[in-house]
Amino acid sequence: MAESRQNLVIVKLRINEENHSVVIPPSKTLLATLREDLYLTGAKPGCFNGDCGACTIIMEGMPMKSCLMLAVEAQGKEVITIEGLNNSPLQQIFIEEFAFQCGYCTPGFIMNGHALLLNEAKPNKEKIKEWLESNICRCTSYEEIEKAILKAIANRNG
Amino acid sequence: MAFEYKQASTMEQAMQIYAETKSQNRHPAYYAGGTEIITLRRINQLNVDVTIDINKIAACNVHQMEEEYLVIGSCITLTDVEESNYFPLLTMVCKEIADRTARNKITVGGNICGEIFYREAVLPFLLTDSVLVLANETGIRTEFIHHVFEGKLLLQTGELLVQAFIEKRYLTQEYIAIKVRQQWETGYPLITVAALKMDGQIRVAISGLCPFPFRAFEVERIINNQSMSREERIDLALAHLPSPILNDVEGSNEYRLFVLSDLLEKIIDRLEGV
Repeated sequence: MAESRQNLVIVKLRINEENHSVVIPPSKTLLATLREDLYLTGAKPGCFNGDCGACTIIMEGMPMKSCLMLAVEAQGKEVITIEGLNNSPLQQIFIEEFAFQCGYCTPGFIMNGHALLLNEAKPNKEKIKEWLESNICRCTSYEEIEKAILKAIANRNG
Repeated sequence: MAFEYKQASTMEQAMQIYAETKSQNRHPAYYAGGTEIITLRRINQLNVDVTIDINKIAACNVHQMEEEYLVIGSCITLTDVEESNYFPLLTMVCKEIADRTARNKITVGGNICGEIFYREAVLPFLLTDSVLVLANETGIRTEFIHHVFEGKLLLQTGELLVQAFIEKRYLTQEYIAIKVRQQWETGYPLITVAALKMDGQIRVAISGLCPFPFRAFEVERIINNQSMSREERIDLALAHLPSPILNDVEGSNEYRLFVLSDLLEKIIDRLEGV
């Protein structure tokens, strides 16, 4: 990270297997940087307070709320956004199960669900609930979302 | 001056950056998970213009069992605590803080040193008379938590919480931890209690009752006095609490005391006969 006299920093990010450099103030969150500097608008701004989970991304294999992280913290780390999933099985299942209504929270749920599948071989209902409690759906599609996650686990495990 | 983000890879570097920026009349803060710094700065409730990232300091990342102690570095995340599960009571308390994704970032040190008054992660450390390692410009000191925690951690200017040591004999004691929210299973806490039985005596620590977490020594003295009935002990304990009792949107002071009486009963139920 190089600092300039204007208190801007040059930050090198690795997003969706691509390298990016951005010039930003060091106080800028990863969420704002993704959306405003890289035009990756899949991570949604919701509460800006870590409560809603709409801005969830995956960093080093773990779900993270990008509103609770400075972009400078993501340097040298592998970040995946919803744009990097490229029509993953979980995305397909969300469509099949109608696991959304307005869709605003959907990227966050999918990123969290994707991370769960990456980290847990056979997550039980309790584990699914524990992970997905991090996200809020104001349209209350929770049952369909749970069904979608369970179907993705079942499909993966044959 | 504009916000700056600096990284330190040693305690000495962190102290030096803190002292330098403080001498420039700036407002530095150590930064690990950073969740509270980011959210409070956003609403102008925290005057921090220099963050000193301490995540690369090795001592702050220690998380291991030693011969006599469990050592937990201040940069260990709540998820790490849960997954390692060296101390089931600490796991149980930490699992109820915020949510799973947030816990991937929130650190033990950040929760204990935070501005938000719940600071629930401190409860198991209070119950186990843990030893804290604190670093400042003049060096490192170790302190019993009760000497440096009065509602909040009494850090000197520029001082950093580095580690906590918990004696291993506490890790296997019987315990109970309960978090009560206003409704459902998510949302801000109403009251959190943690209790542990050591040498035949019940120990109790409480968060969310007063605007600070505390080890309830007076409550312990009363509820361990089995010459009184259970109801008498609980009534007496409720009359020997610190003040003020919180009275806010999460719950009135009367309701909080009602909930606490139920929680004390559950603690006695769980631990008295053990």
